[in-house]
Amino acid sequence: MPTWVQLVYLACAVCFILALKGLSGPRTARAGNLIGAVAAVVAVIVPFIYLPQRGDLDHVPLMVAAIALGTAGGVYGARTVQMTQMPQMVALFNGVGGGAAALVALLELHEIAPNAGDSGGVSWFTLAATAFTILVGSVSFAGSIVTFAKLQELMTSRPVVFLGLPIVFGGAGIASIVLGVLTVTDPSGIDQVDIGIVLALLGLLLGVLLVLPVGGADVPIVISLLNAFTGLTVAAGGYVLQNTLLLVGGTLVGASGTFLTLLMARAMGRSVANILFGALKGGSTLGGGEASDRPVKSAGPEDVAILLGYADRVIVVPGYGLAVAQAQHTLRELVDVLGDRGTKVDYAIHPVAGRMPGHMNVLLAEAQVPYEQLVEMDHINGDFKNTDVVLVVGANDVVNPAAKTTPGAPIYGMPILNADEAKQIVFMKRSMRPGFAGIENELLFDPKTTLLFGDAKESLGKLLNAVKGL
Amino acid sequence: MDEAVVWLTIFVLSVFVGVEVISKVSSTLHTPLMSGANAIHGIILLGAVLVTGETDNDVALVVGLVAIVLAAVNMVGGFVVTDRMLQMFTRRKPKPAPAREGEGA
Repeated sequence: MPTWVQLVYLACAVCFILALKGLSGPRTARAGNLIGAVAAVVAVIVPFIYLPQRGDLDHVPLMVAAIALGTAGGVYGARTVQMTQMPQMVALFNGVGGGAAALVALLELHEIAPNAGDSGGVSWFTLAATAFTILVGSVSFAGSIVTFAKLQELMTSRPVVFLGLPIVFGGAGIASIVLGVLTVTDPSGIDQVDIGIVLALLGLLLGVLLVLPVGGADVPIVISLLNAFTGLTVAAGGYVLQNTLLLVGGTLVGASGTFLTLLMARAMGRSVANILFGALKGGSTLGGGEASDRPVKSAGPEDVAILLGYADRVIVVPGYGLAVAQAQHTLRELVDVLGDRGTKVDYAIHPVAGRMPGHMNVLLAEAQVPYEQLVEMDHINGDFKNTDVVLVVGANDVVNPAAKTTPGAPIYGMPILNADEAKQIVFMKRSMRPGFAGIENELLFDPKTTLLFGDAKESLGKLLNAVKGL
Repeated sequence: MDEAVVWLTIFVLSVFVGVEVISKVSSTLHTPLMSGANAIHGIILLGAVLVTGETDNDVALVVGLVAIVLAAVNMVGGFVVTDRMLQMFTRRKPKPAPAREGEGA
């Protein structure tokens, strides 16, 4: 590799570090992302400049076509996805990245296998890194597809556990370790590429089994974890291909992704082990996921309008239901009108409101809600006891007192918004169905609680008119 | 120095840098940060190009082209979707969450 190429890769690696640094601050985030994108594009163009003149790069037109195809697909997906469906889009992008890494490692195994074991040939460590890339890349691919299916509600978002799952998982895990060792030791009579293909299939199985038992509310954390997996996969691939940029870029993502996963888990009061394996211990048996027929108090928009219109202090708790109904603009109008009437209104943002940390901030920012009105959980939780009305729009689990009172509930230990301390609570809900975690919410049956049934956007529209008419 | 140790050195240092640069991120930015990191590992596209460009086997060529398409989706889609998320932040002049006065929890 010419020196100038290595220097360009070094510059790209530095840009990746600056990109991550930028992305962790609100003012610099967009610039950071741009720096990363430019570095990545430059890095991909470089081999097309120096390799063809040495005759080391064939199939250039086909490869350019493949890049164009992938670019078109990626841009189309990224541009057209609804903001509410962004988490599953990230999962999908992550999955195809992991799949690509596994395929690259398989190809490299095909290239290097004939030289393995020869003097001056391929070291055992390179073979081990190749096996690792194939296996973990496949896990990441299959796991991400399952998380996509869960978030897109193509399948149930509840934990899926079947008898013997731990045994199958353990068996597949042991088998993949054995195959990994076989790849390295290179026994005569077995084609290493065949071993690699079986390893990839086992990885797919492991990925599916890893994510199936994870409950819907925890899926974002798993996306982050799989993201870190893919990063490590790319890093190992970088070692196999002897490319420093892949090594550095992949390792940066692997390390920061792992750390980010821990941060997210902490924000939800969960441990990563509990999220992955909690359901296997039979911990999430609470609540059947069916609608309850216990009595609740419901009211029409006019009654709720009076509650809100004459309150001094109102806190809005927005949730995923708000986003699904695309009601954030109507909600903002309602809050503006209440503000004009002299009511102090804030939005209480749970760290995992929506489907991912920060998801709700993005959605409300889109609806032009001033940033100052979005208050994080720790800063607003003390305010609820002085609040006249809490308006819960399409949220459920984040205000479920079971997280504090019911050991054994799947969300037990998750920090929640103390909506139950307010004088009045209004829930806007489509139905009595439980939230994403699949557990019943005691707060719905509280005497202080009033329910306003219906589509969030429609109800908010009626509420808005009723408040204007007061 | 053994060449493998050089690689190990790069790896270990990158781990520390990776953790260090994002250690102060506020929870508001978790999603865009994850998405941006996701786009960065799309750099596997470079690896896919290098491997595919060397092959002289038809099956391997097809596999390589599939890898290139997947990796390009990861890389390009990842950066574009991250930018879309961040566009909404920049319009509103956000400030970091810790700047707010705490009122107790």
